[in-house]
This record gives sequence, structure tokens and C-alpha cells, in this order.
Amino acid sequence: MSVVFKRPKALSDRPNTYCPGCTHGVAHRLVAEAIDELDLREIAIGIAPVGCAVFAYEFFNMDFAQAAHGRAPAVATGIKRVLPDRFVFTYQGDGDLAAIGTAEVVHAASRGEQISVIFVNNAIYGMTSGQMAPTTIVGQKTTTTPLGRDPARAGYPIRLSEMLATLPGAAYIAWCSLHNPQQIDRAKNAIVKAFRMQVEGRGFSMVELLSNCPTNWGMSPAESLKWIEEHMIPTFPLGVVKDVTAEEVKAGA
Amino acid sequence: MSELMLMKGNEAIAEAAIRGGCRFFFGYPITPQNEIPEYMARWLPEVGGAFLQAESEVAAINMVYGAAAAGGRAMTSSSSPGISLKQEGISYIAAAELPCVIVNIMRGGPGLGSIQPAQSDYFQATRGGGHGDYRLIVLGPASIQEAVDLMMGAFDLAEKYRNPVMLLGDGVLGQMMEPVSFPEYRGPAPAGKSWVLDGAKGRPPRVVNTLLMDAEDLFRHNLALQAKYREISKNEVRWEEYRTGDADVVLVAYGITARVCKSAVDMARQSHIKAGLFRPVSLYPFPIKPLKELAARVKGFLVVEMSMGQMVEDVRLAVEGASRVHFYGTAGGIIPASKSVLQELQAIALRSEGGAAQ
Repeated sequence: MSVVFKRPKALSDRPNTYCPGCTHGVAHRLVAEAIDELDLREIAIGIAPVGCAVFAYEFFNMDFAQAAHGRAPAVATGIKRVLPDRFVFTYQGDGDLAAIGTAEVVHAASRGEQISVIFVNNAIYGMTSGQMAPTTIVGQKTTTTPLGRDPARAGYPIRLSEMLATLPGAAYIAWCSLHNPQQIDRAKNAIVKAFRMQVEGRGFSMVELLSNCPTNWGMSPAESLKWIEEHMIPTFPLGVVKDVTAEEVKAGA
Repeated sequence: MSELMLMKGNEAIAEAAIRGGCRFFFGYPITPQNEIPEYMARWLPEVGGAFLQAESEVAAINMVYGAAAAGGRAMTSSSSPGISLKQEGISYIAAAELPCVIVNIMRGGPGLGSIQPAQSDYFQATRGGGHGDYRLIVLGPASIQEAVDLMMGAFDLAEKYRNPVMLLGDGVLGQMMEPVSFPEYRGPAPAGKSWVLDGAKGRPPRVVNTLLMDAEDLFRHNLALQAKYREISKNEVRWEEYRTGDADVVLVAYGITARVCKSAVDMARQSHIKAGLFRPVSLYPFPIKPLKELAARVKGFLVVEMSMGQMVEDVRLAVEGASRVHFYGTAGGIIPASKSVLQELQAIALRSEGGAAQ
């Protein structure tokens, strides 16, 4: 008998505390698989955000720092400057990264900081029970946009991947989704690629993962995955937004 | 001892930090402390360190958090409004028990205030400053030489207690020039740091964390922090006394204000007022015991600050009503003149004579 599926070494042997049907579990697994594949676990230092993934340090089997809300890229910068040969990544949600931590992630990318960011975008504040996120899409109902997000009052969702891709320090930025196996596979490849960018010293890398929140969206897990496809992807179009190695290939051709 | 050099306070502080082992600096420009980051930007790379100009004070202090977690000797410097911005990170650093050094070259407040010297961040510095029950070790030098001496030991002190150390200076100290010499650095042999995040190779993973969701756990953590602060209060109290032996009235002042008060003591002595000076060097831990002992034998204290009255509260707490505590303060960058302090002393002397006659 051969083992075809097992827990990656980079995940701890602890049940996670995410809600049933939440894609954080999938995202954790993809990150752990990528770390295992690139053999980075023993030189990895992760940074946990404030938000649903605040306990990420419990679920990953590697050194971890827990950061103040939004400050993970700054904490990662401090670690990386002291230990430039280690692999440093942050795992952040949309409120953490695209609202309170906007300055930190923009400037980490702008400096070409040799870190990787896993950006879990589920268009809502999960941990605090369903308030509007910077990535809440137009018309989406949350506890602080009870009639749906009205751009006249609450503005528009931020497309952070697009913003960061304009910065010369960003080496790799990809928009992925976790709503079906095919997209999960793509996301995995993107995460491996992003991590490799750091290992090769090419600069800042980030993968934005469109994710669900069945609890606060008020949907079944299956409905929530469908909702990602039908409502989030039109706002956050999937694809590689920036890849300096692709540009190299193009320049070479 | 090296030869004497004429140096600006901020530059001397930066040089002392490097000699004391600092290798990582994260900061954001603000007057009147800009020479510290500028000096670091030029000289830290020369000793294999790294300087980074952050996008904000908030980011800078969180970079310090990360660098300290990774085992680096890291610091930041700023001035009052910038230090306010750093309070979030300082609370996390104290909670996670990471060593680092923070320099505050104080300017006038509140709000944007001014760029002139002040001492009005005393409360913020000595009470923790951010949210939660925590303390910094706070040192208030009165000369550039003393700033150098304190700075050179600051990282050792921070690592000894795994606690942030704050050097609390004012705009005068940062901007003036004085002759200074750098003692040879004789820090303790670098101890292994069993808590550093450097990759879980051949060992279980480590976590630097400030979240303790279980009520009992967080209570225990707070009790442990308090025990540490008691230990600090026992070991790290520093102060200087000047002509207090036979003094009737004792001035209490720290930093540059203490220099003014020293002159005022000499002037008072010439006009037959038995004045002395008590100068706290460690502002946290505050020298409670020696002040209390002094209170038993003097007629009164005059606290002088470049603030509207902050350290005066600690003096009152220390003497516990055993002696009268008067206050003279300035704000807005006005440095108290020794003559004004003398006038205050004379008024107190007159009042106490009058009181005796009644």
C-alpha cells in the first residue's frame, strides 16, 4: 500500500479552529505543501496577522511571529533584514492587508523586500463577525453595509494586487481562487512560484487567494464557493498580474 | 577611555548605540532627532548592520519587533508625536518580552506642538505609554556624556530583562554639542537566546506571540511581567544627589533641567538658602526610596520640569506627604532659567520662615 495523501510536514498535528467549510484550511495546506516542496520549513519564519488567521502559528509547524493588526509586512521586514538567508512570509486577510495594513504592504513591495505574502481575500471581516472589508464588493451585504455596499457612501473594493503590480519592487503578483479543484491547483502553483521568487532573491511576491466565509456570508459552504465564482471573480479577475521572470522570457524572445 | 571629541548629542547617541552593539535601525524622520537616523544610515552598514527608513513610525517600531524577534540588536528613535505613533508596537514588544532600545528626543506638545525641547512625555514614557499593564526601563541623561554612557549599556540592559529600554532626552540634549569620550564597550558575553526565531532546524518551532485568549494564562503572564518589573525596580534605580547633605530645600529635576537646577543650587547657597539637587537618572524605576529618605530630613522639595507637572506626581507619591512638594514648570520650548528657579526657591524659603513665625 502506498501513501497518496498525508499531512505536509509544514502543518502541525492540530485541528484548526476555522469554521466548517472555510477555505483557510485549504490555503494553509497549499502554503505548507509549497514549503515542503521547496524544502523551506527549517529556514521558514511565518508572520500571523490579526483576523481569522491570528492562530496560524498554531497550525503551521515552523517558527512564527504574531504581528499587530496590519503590521505583518513590517515585522517580516525586520526579521528578513536580520536573517537575509531565511524564508520569511506573511499570511494576512483583507482587513489586515488592504485596510489597516495598506501602508506596510505597499512599502514592503515598493522596497522590493525579499518576503512573500499570502493574501486571503474573502471580502468580509470574519473574526469580528461580518463587517465590511476593503474588498467587499459593490452591493454586498455586511453588518456595516446592511443594505449592500453603496459606493456613494462606502466607496469601492480595493484591487490590491493590481496596485502592487505597478511597483518595480514587486517580482510576482497573482490573483487566484480557492473555489474549485482546478483553481486550487493553480493557486498552489502560484504559491510555489511566489516562494521561489524570494528564494531566488527577485523581490517581493504575493498571491491573492479569493476565499469564502460561509459563516458571515450566511451561506452553505457549497453556495459560498459558487458565490466566489459568480460575484468575486468579476471584481478580482484571476490571473498572474506580474511576473518578472515572464518579462525576462519576453525580453529574451 | 577614548580621547575627547566634540559631538552633537544626537550623533553621540547614535555612535554610542553602535558601540553598544546596535546593528539594526528602523526610523522615520522627525525633528529634533534627525541626526540619529542620518548617522545610522551612514555608519551602520560599515559594521555589517542595516539601516532602513520606514514608511511611518508605526512600521518602524514593528520592524524593530521583527528584528528583535529574529535576535538582532535593534533600535528606533523619534520625537514626541512620533513616539505616540509607536505606542502600539511598544506595547507588543513589552508583551512579547523582546529587547530593544527606543530613543525619544522630546519636543513640545500636545498635538504637533513645536520642535523646541520639552519634557512633557514623562507620563507616556514611565507609565508604559500604550495599552495594557507594562513598563519600559526609562533613562533620562543630563549630559551628552551621560547619554553615551547610558546608551552603551542600553542593549545589555534590554537583553538582561528582555524588555524595551527608552532613552528619554529632550531637544536640547539632542541638538547641543559637548565634549564626549566613548568608554570601551565591555558588554556581557552574548548569551544564547532560547526564544529567537531563526528557523526550526532540529528543534521544535518557536512562537513570538502576544495573544493569550485564556483568562488564566493572560493573568499569569501579567503577574510574571509585574514580577520582572519588581526585579527591575530592585536592581536598576539610578540617581545623583548634589549638595543634599545639609539641604533644607531640595530641587528635583532630570535631564537638561537638572543642569539648570544645579546652577540654581549654587546661586541659592550664595544667598544663604541651603538648597540641594536630587536628579533621577532612571525615571522608571523611579528612585522612590532615596527620595523618601531625603523627605524625612528636608523642609521641602521643588520639582522643576519642562512640562506642566508630570514627574512631580512621582515625587509626591515617593514622599507620601512627609514633606511639602512645590512645582515650577515651563512649556513650549521655554527652558527654565536658573534665575527663575532661584526666585522660586527664595519664595519657598520666605514662605517657610513665615510659616515658622506663625
